[in-house]
Amino acid sequence: MARITLSGLRHSYMPNPAKDADWALKQLDLDWTDGGAYALLGPSGCGKTTLLNIISGLLVPSHGQILFDGQDVTPLPPEQRHIAQVFQFPVVYDTMTVYDNLAFPLRNRGVPESEVDSRVTEIAGMTDLTAMLQKRAAGLTADGKQKISLGRGLVRTDVNAILFDEPLTVIDPHLKFQLRSKLKELHQRVKRTMIYVTHDQTEALTFADRVVVMNVGEVVQIGTPEELFEEPQHTFVGHFIGSPGMNVLPCQIEGGQAVFAGQRVQTSNKAAAGAELNQVGVRPEHVRFATSGLDARVVRVSDAGRFNIVEAECGGHSLKLLVKEGESIPSETTKLEFIPEKTRIYQDGWLAGRRSAA
Amino acid sequence: MNKTVNQKAWFLVLPVLVLVAFNAIVPLITVVNYSVQETFGNNVFFWSGITWFEDVLRSPRFHASLGRQLTFTFTILAIEVPLGVLIALAMPRKGIWVSVCLVLMAMPLLIPWNVVGAMWNIFALPEIGLLGKTLNAMGFDYNYTRQPGDAWFTLILMDVWHWTSLVVLLAYAGLVSIPDAYYQAAKIDGASSWAIFRYIQLPKMKRVLTIAILLRFMDSFNIYTEPSVLTGGGPGNSTTLLSIDLVKIALGQFDLGPAAAMSLIYFLVILLLSWIFYTVMTRDEANQ
Repeated sequence: MARITLSGLRHSYMPNPAKDADWALKQLDLDWTDGGAYALLGPSGCGKTTLLNIISGLLVPSHGQILFDGQDVTPLPPEQRHIAQVFQFPVVYDTMTVYDNLAFPLRNRGVPESEVDSRVTEIAGMTDLTAMLQKRAAGLTADGKQKISLGRGLVRTDVNAILFDEPLTVIDPHLKFQLRSKLKELHQRVKRTMIYVTHDQTEALTFADRVVVMNVGEVVQIGTPEELFEEPQHTFVGHFIGSPGMNVLPCQIEGGQAVFAGQRVQTSNKAAAGAELNQVGVRPEHVRFATSGLDARVVRVSDAGRFNIVEAECGGHSLKLLVKEGESIPSETTKLEFIPEKTRIYQDGWLAGRRSAA
Repeated sequence: MNKTVNQKAWFLVLPVLVLVAFNAIVPLITVVNYSVQETFGNNVFFWSGITWFEDVLRSPRFHASLGRQLTFTFTILAIEVPLGVLIALAMPRKGIWVSVCLVLMAMPLLIPWNVVGAMWNIFALPEIGLLGKTLNAMGFDYNYTRQPGDAWFTLILMDVWHWTSLVVLLAYAGLVSIPDAYYQAAKIDGASSWAIFRYIQLPKMKRVLTIAILLRFMDSFNIYTEPSVLTGGGPGNSTTLLSIDLVKIALGQFDLGPAAAMSLIYFLVILLLSWIFYTVMTRDEANQ
């Protein structure tokens, strides 16, 4: 088990990267403490899988270092890094039984058979595979196979971290929840560092203690699920997390304050001068109907269960707000108010006057 | 559920049935017909029962040909299958060399069979052939037209050259269909190259290898053109395989009855052995 540090990591799949876009990973400095549950969250093609393969050693980064407990492991192959990985599509050794599958990593390392047996029995118990130990692995369902993949990681005692690469992609929706809870439970039991890659915010937010949000090859924010929701550091985070995502509206800056649709908007932060793009960000949860404020017109209302999602038009821009079921929704013209302490100014995408990303 | 029962659809199968009848069923029945009759010429036939079958099955000549045939088939299988798998494993999976390798591999398969025979016939001639002359220059006493051992060596070499590619292409197709994640998982699990072969590559190649073995078995058991052009069954009878013997009896001696009986036995042997191969090789899957 180990603390994982990524230092000055950059990677490109091209031999001579020139443009910014040539880099799959732009610049990464991260520090993951031992035993944590982390998620790497981002849209497809943002570099999550690249990062994961660099950590596991399947890929050597173009620049930078990976340190386990302060030791440089950058040039080491996967088998010497003591890493386990669960892949998007279940990998099982078809010809072997479930038992032999679980025993495989141990036998490859020459562990004595008596110890293999006790480890396999223990891990099979944890992953609910005991009843199937003597079955052929090929005959199992997708979620059973993913449990085997996971089990092969857990069975080793020398594992520094377990990496998950979108492990629930091929699992039936009704089993996803079960398997996710199982993962969470296992994490609490074994206290190994787990890094979970996904593009699904629900998976990331329910699994991880800390979520790393990535976009086009860089980390935009690292934080607890609550921090990501309450204090998005970047408009991308605001938009990507939450359903529906944050309203991001163009604005002007006058004396460090935002002016949207001709009106001054109270915000929790102050803008600096000199940004090219100024925006106001406010979550649909933090917009409400009011007697005074911005002039708006209700365009559409859709029922999302306990909430109604109201789409309104304000100063030529469309924005959404969440209204609890049962609350009255004005028809046609109305006035809107943003909750000042939850409203923020973003400049060139980033939160104005923010602390650093980490 | 209401299903419409309409037996008229069977008429749509008729054209195929007619076609199959003319190219398979009618010739086969003709052979069966010959195999149970005796003739003394003038197109007059007498019923002779199963005497031809008894004759063929007791004939030392048939036993010898069958023995040679089995030796040939199992020798080339024992060489071509492992060799084909080895070459497939060594071939690149990515990059421009893939197509180069594939074209090179497909080349022998594109050459007409009698041309293959003629090529090797000349190639191996001891006085003027590149192979024959080289071997003799190196001090081997090599002459495939006189020495049975040399004839066998040339015959097997020719078949390996001609047909290993088929095994390579099939095995390669099996190999490239293995997702990268399997190799990555095996690396992480600390598997050796042998373990990767044994537990990932071989199981994933199993289906295509089954097909490769069956195809090579049936084709090599039926082989006629190439050995007939290369050695014509000689020297003596040393490379007279079943098909060559059959042609000698049927067209050389014009013994239609024994030749027909032999064809049917030949056919049943292939059918039986193919069935055994298939059953053994797919037994595991049936157990699941």
